[in-house]
Amino acid sequence: MISVRGLKKHYRVHKRPPGLKAALKSLFKREYTTVPAVDGIDFEIKPGERVGFLGPNGAGKTTTLQVLAGLLYPSDGEVRVDGHLPQKREVAFLKKIMLVMGQKQQLLWDLPPSDTFELNRAIYDVPRDEAKKRVDGLIELLQIGDVVNKPTRQLSLGERMKCELAAALVHGPKVLFLDEPTIGLDVSMQVVMRDFIRTYNEQFGATLILTSHYMDDVAALCPRVIVIDKGQLSYDGGLDELVQRVRPEKRVAFRLSAAVPLSALEGLGKVVKNDGAEAVLQVPVEQVNAVVGKALQSLPVKDLTVENPPLEEVMSELFSRSRAEKGKAA
Amino acid sequence: MTRTLRALPTLLRIGLAEAVAYRAEMFVWVLSTTMPFVMWVMWSSVAERTPVVGQSGKAYSASAFSAYFFCAFIVRQIVSSWASWEMNFEVRQGTLAMRLLRPIHPMISYAMGHIAALPLRFFVVTPVTVALLLTCLDELPKDPRIWALWVPCMVGAWLVAFLSNIAVGTLCFFMESSLKVMEVWLACLMVFSGYLIPLDLFPPALRAVADVLPFHYQIGVPIEVMTGRHTFEQTARLVATQWAWAFALLMLSLVAWRSGVKRFQAFGG
Repeated sequence: MISVRGLKKHYRVHKRPPGLKAALKSLFKREYTTVPAVDGIDFEIKPGERVGFLGPNGAGKTTTLQVLAGLLYPSDGEVRVDGHLPQKREVAFLKKIMLVMGQKQQLLWDLPPSDTFELNRAIYDVPRDEAKKRVDGLIELLQIGDVVNKPTRQLSLGERMKCELAAALVHGPKVLFLDEPTIGLDVSMQVVMRDFIRTYNEQFGATLILTSHYMDDVAALCPRVIVIDKGQLSYDGGLDELVQRVRPEKRVAFRLSAAVPLSALEGLGKVVKNDGAEAVLQVPVEQVNAVVGKALQSLPVKDLTVENPPLEEVMSELFSRSRAEKGKAA
Repeated sequence: MTRTLRALPTLLRIGLAEAVAYRAEMFVWVLSTTMPFVMWVMWSSVAERTPVVGQSGKAYSASAFSAYFFCAFIVRQIVSSWASWEMNFEVRQGTLAMRLLRPIHPMISYAMGHIAALPLRFFVVTPVTVALLLTCLDELPKDPRIWALWVPCMVGAWLVAFLSNIAVGTLCFFMESSLKVMEVWLACLMVFSGYLIPLDLFPPALRAVADVLPFHYQIGVPIEVMTGRHTFEQTARLVATQWAWAFALLMLSLVAWRSGVKRFQAFGG
């Protein structure tokens, strides 16, 4: 469905130090610098896959999505989406895709979302009956029946984001690019959005690429992740494998009936937390059974869970390792 | 093409709904376009004291000035474009991305937004048209063939206005902003279009400059046609030149758009 070969996107940026002198100098002579937002990445995505793009700010995730959606011309390399060159923006291509950006909206600000739905129906040339059926389905799934006829400006952020998604799906895109779709939403709304996105993928077999700073989005939606850092691909594979590779340890969390001294925990593993009611240890995978056995004998354990380390920590470690390696190489 | 044509009624309906939502802003804009009434008062009082004769040898009476500036107001209301401002805003904010994602050329969606706003403008134009008919009927042409040409002339004028806005707007892909260029364009429009002074009253050298620029075809030509300043043959020639300008601006806009969009950086990431 999506094939990316040696993709590069370099921006030419005007460089100017602060101050009046620099401002005057830039009137006559401008200095430019080339910023490699994406610097030679390759990957393939199969139809119906759900893939998460991860990376720190400025890593090149959004740039990659925008190239895939045909908004940006690649500086080099080849990108194909369902056989189309995105930058040509052929009608057939545009009718197959949609890019939802959490920080930009397509809803008409002073009109109700239902008008944007109708506008998209006309622009994408969706037959009225088909559009009505699809929109009714989206309204029901997203529970937005009571808001679609209110002016967009009067909607809450969560309501607006749900309507944005519905507007993006009026034409039933086969490929959905989601750039921070849950940004700014509260936890319960994030869950609603994730459930909806997964349902859409499962019902329609749409290919889905997601970027998000909320690791819970990625963990809940994407079996596969592509990690980009400074424009280069640093990992492409399963999320679980990534966690295993970066942090081959587990977190064992104990709910305690009485506080225990730190010394009682230190012999079992690395103490991550010990606040009296709960203690969390980080232990190598192969030692988990032994540590749990010892803890049950020696500690006042009410309950325990064994989990992977939080994804945020895994990513943070991955990025710092990757930078350290690049630093060494340089 | 058929798909685009099918989408037009909805684009127009939604565009009108948006124009209605921004009606207060539009009426404030109308207040800023009342300059022809100021010029009307000024030139009428000049014509009452001394005969005013243009380079063509035709005289301008107080009544002729009334007709001219009523028509200037009407033409300006119908023939106006804000595409350049829209484009600059959308390119800087990155929201142009939303237009680019849709399978319809953004120039068509800008155009539909403009055309959809026309019905509201007719509310403003109607009383002025009634005043024109009641007070200056004798100044209007009697030849129905000229009125038949006036329709394509207004369409051509709108195209020149819209496409010149798009052409200047596309400069924002190459510069950081093209709003200042648009301000210069507007200043030239005020001077060389015949909006504030009939071009017939210009000194010959300045008139020669005005004749080779597109501004006259945006405002002055429709006014001159409405006020019967040209014969049928002259009108036909002017309309043909006007449409040639519209075609040239269309080509320029398309080329600049195509090349500019490649430079669009969409912002973020």
